[in-house]
Amino acid sequence: MSATNDYILTMEGICKAFPGVQALDDVDFSLKKGEIHCLVGENGAGKSTLIKVLTGVERPDAGQIILDGEEIHPRSPQHSQTLGISTVYQEVNLCTNLSVAENILIGREPWKFGRIDWSATNVQAANLLKRLLDIDIDVTKPLDTYTVAIQQMVAIARALDIASTKILILDEPTSSLDVNETQQLFKVMRKLRAEGVGIIFITHFMSQVYEISDRITVLRNGKLVGAFETTSLPRVELIAKMIGRSLNELDDMSSIKLESSKHIKDEAILDAQKVGHAGTIRPFDLQLRAGEVVGLAGLLGSGRTETARVLFGVDKPDTGHIEFDGATVTDHSPLGSIKRGIALCPEDRKAEGIVDDLTVRENIVLAIQANKGWFSHIGAQEQYEIANRYIEMLNIATPTADQPVKNLSGGNQQKVILARWLATHPQVLILDEPTRGIDVGTKAEIQKLVLELADEGMACLFISSELEEVLRTSHRIAVLREREKVAEFSGEVDEHVIMHTIAGSEL
Amino acid sequence: MKQLAKRTLRWRSITESRLFFPTVALLLVLLFDFIFIPGFFTIENRDGNLYGSLIDILRNGSTVSLLAIGMTLVIATGGVDLSVGAVMAIAASVAGILMNPSALRNEVFFVTDPTYTFQPLWVVIGAALFVALLCGLWNGVLVAYMKIQPMVATLVLMTAGRGIAQLITNGLRVQITYRPFAYIGQGWFILPFSLYIVAFVLLATWLLTRKTAIGMFIESVGINFRSSYFSGIQESKVKLLAYAFCGFCAGIAGLVACSNVKTSDANNIGLFIELDAILAVVIGGTSMAGGRFSLVASVIGGLVMQAVTQSMYAIGVPAFALQAIKSVVVIIVILLFSEQVKGLMLRVGAGKKEA
Repeated sequence: MSATNDYILTMEGICKAFPGVQALDDVDFSLKKGEIHCLVGENGAGKSTLIKVLTGVERPDAGQIILDGEEIHPRSPQHSQTLGISTVYQEVNLCTNLSVAENILIGREPWKFGRIDWSATNVQAANLLKRLLDIDIDVTKPLDTYTVAIQQMVAIARALDIASTKILILDEPTSSLDVNETQQLFKVMRKLRAEGVGIIFITHFMSQVYEISDRITVLRNGKLVGAFETTSLPRVELIAKMIGRSLNELDDMSSIKLESSKHIKDEAILDAQKVGHAGTIRPFDLQLRAGEVVGLAGLLGSGRTETARVLFGVDKPDTGHIEFDGATVTDHSPLGSIKRGIALCPEDRKAEGIVDDLTVRENIVLAIQANKGWFSHIGAQEQYEIANRYIEMLNIATPTADQPVKNLSGGNQQKVILARWLATHPQVLILDEPTRGIDVGTKAEIQKLVLELADEGMACLFISSELEEVLRTSHRIAVLREREKVAEFSGEVDEHVIMHTIAGSEL
Repeated sequence: MKQLAKRTLRWRSITESRLFFPTVALLLVLLFDFIFIPGFFTIENRDGNLYGSLIDILRNGSTVSLLAIGMTLVIATGGVDLSVGAVMAIAASVAGILMNPSALRNEVFFVTDPTYTFQPLWVVIGAALFVALLCGLWNGVLVAYMKIQPMVATLVLMTAGRGIAQLITNGLRVQITYRPFAYIGQGWFILPFSLYIVAFVLLATWLLTRKTAIGMFIESVGINFRSSYFSGIQESKVKLLAYAFCGFCAGIAGLVACSNVKTSDANNIGLFIELDAILAVVIGGTSMAGGRFSLVASVIGGLVMQAVTQSMYAIGVPAFALQAIKSVVVIIVILLFSEQVKGLMLRVGAGKKEA
């Protein structure tokens, strides 16, 4: 309102802790009227927590939020909406079987003679879409007859119509859109910006950040890295800020890595040829050799995890084929992969890794037991032997092997998952973000272990959002960008080059 | 000091045992009986066989205990099987018609000869259990492969099952007089014969789940099916097995039940018993969300359900009010053993020992 202050929103000193992790640590954020502001950062940087604090899903432990010159305390998404903060999520949360008009005006339909006036509803919805977003569609058709982009715009229209929106939050709206649809969305965003709405835009696609945004706020590990004018921040510097690595720092490759590189076999044990999966990863070639660590670098959403899933058989490839030890793989499933000797430590430890109510021992023997089948039961004594061997080898901090794994810290849970896979004696080990969310000491331990395993003849695929650790552990690095493998580097790699490849910018 | 610590430890290991709370629940019900029902604990010895209210609880509780064993595995995978009562009726109808096929000729024929049977006993039992197993497989296919929600999938057979049972017996109640078959539910060898069946099924199931990897796979799938899938466990097969086994157990329960009442009554055998079986498992401490399970605790839970029923009859609660009273008791039992109250009891127990 006041002309002296063109910031519509300021958040100051926001702190939020969850058990065991400081999700936000003294974070400031500000948004101007009529601005498109990108919020960027890798997984766990605190973007979504910041949005949750702003939309009232979570209460901050400390800090204040000032909207339009007044301090606010959002209690719930509904409350924040009445304050003028609207959010459109990645997944469209509308009723796809209802018509567009119903979706926009649900609960607020015009009434006539004690019943809903459908013709008025349709006219009102059509006008709304035309006026707010300048799109012209048949609002009587069910929502699911339209593309995801249109569905998202309907969600935006609904959000804008419910309250006089001062701030619109778009949480990864483009992740499932194609190029044209994204442009359609951008057109709407520019129109809203011209009308003075402040837009917070979250995306993992760097090209979109530079195409649409006015300013960028970077978060890393729950801390504010800074807010920057988009035009004054080169792409490669933004990447460096996101992954926390300045271009000048260079690491020596450890001696163990040099040593192990001598034992790399020439033959590929796992050979993916033109392997792709629609919607997640474009066809790529990738060879893994015994004794070699291959790093997979790229930003979040670049297709790192998707690559791992296809190789492990969680997703069946639609194109190309995978050869293992010279034979073409036909049985694409985790069990099939385990039987061949492939292991995957998944990225999402809680959802896809640990079985939290089972004990450390049971978690460790799970995969070998699955491989052996139902009736070749591993006896209690052997189970304890295996579990204790890996507890010792990996330094898992647990009172006994009978502790439920949920009582362990994140780093130790990660080690339990690692133990599960090492116990299967795999020939190929795929590690997807094995060091995420664990302390520095454990990180170093795991990195060292990976090199040692390679030295013993294992083929490793090491996926990490931290370029530093990819560089430190890998003999060869494949770079992914926007769901496509774009380059592969081996030997002495210049970090600079990789960063530019990740960013997709010229040197 | 050392001794105190030891005693606290022992108290903890007792209270943390999965059997502790269902056993306490059972003892509480029995305590009620001890106070209010004279002669409840009397056990008579007639010709070497034991009789009494306690024995009755065990004997009448055998059907729900059998169901609870199968139900435990299903619930541990994160599912539920509502069709067990109906499957009992189907198994009973199959058994009945194979011993007394008069209903097929549309006549109510009272066989009086206790040695008469249309088919030999092993065919009768085998066919009934086989059909029950098929019912379980049907549920399992719907849940595990068609990915239908367990409650909806098993509701199909719950509602259709009694109709199927009626079709089998041509809509008539079938009298069962064949004496060897009657022994299943009514026989006595020091203790009621059905108790030996429960014990055998319990032991066999325990061996099947704990001496193979099946128990761990069931728990793993129930706790986190995605992690299980990533570890190479075939979730669908595990679930199929659990439902099939649950159907099989329901078949055994159906044989016991119809043998006990000497009738294959498709309308009444196992009516509403699925709810008792589910509650037995819940009292036994298995989470409805799936995960860790204990077969013995479930059987104790089944006995709690039966003891409540029996006590209500003994103090003269009319049959029509029984369900209402029972539900009140069940709510009390479940509330008593909710996590909150459990925590409170643990604190009280620990405090007492330190005092």
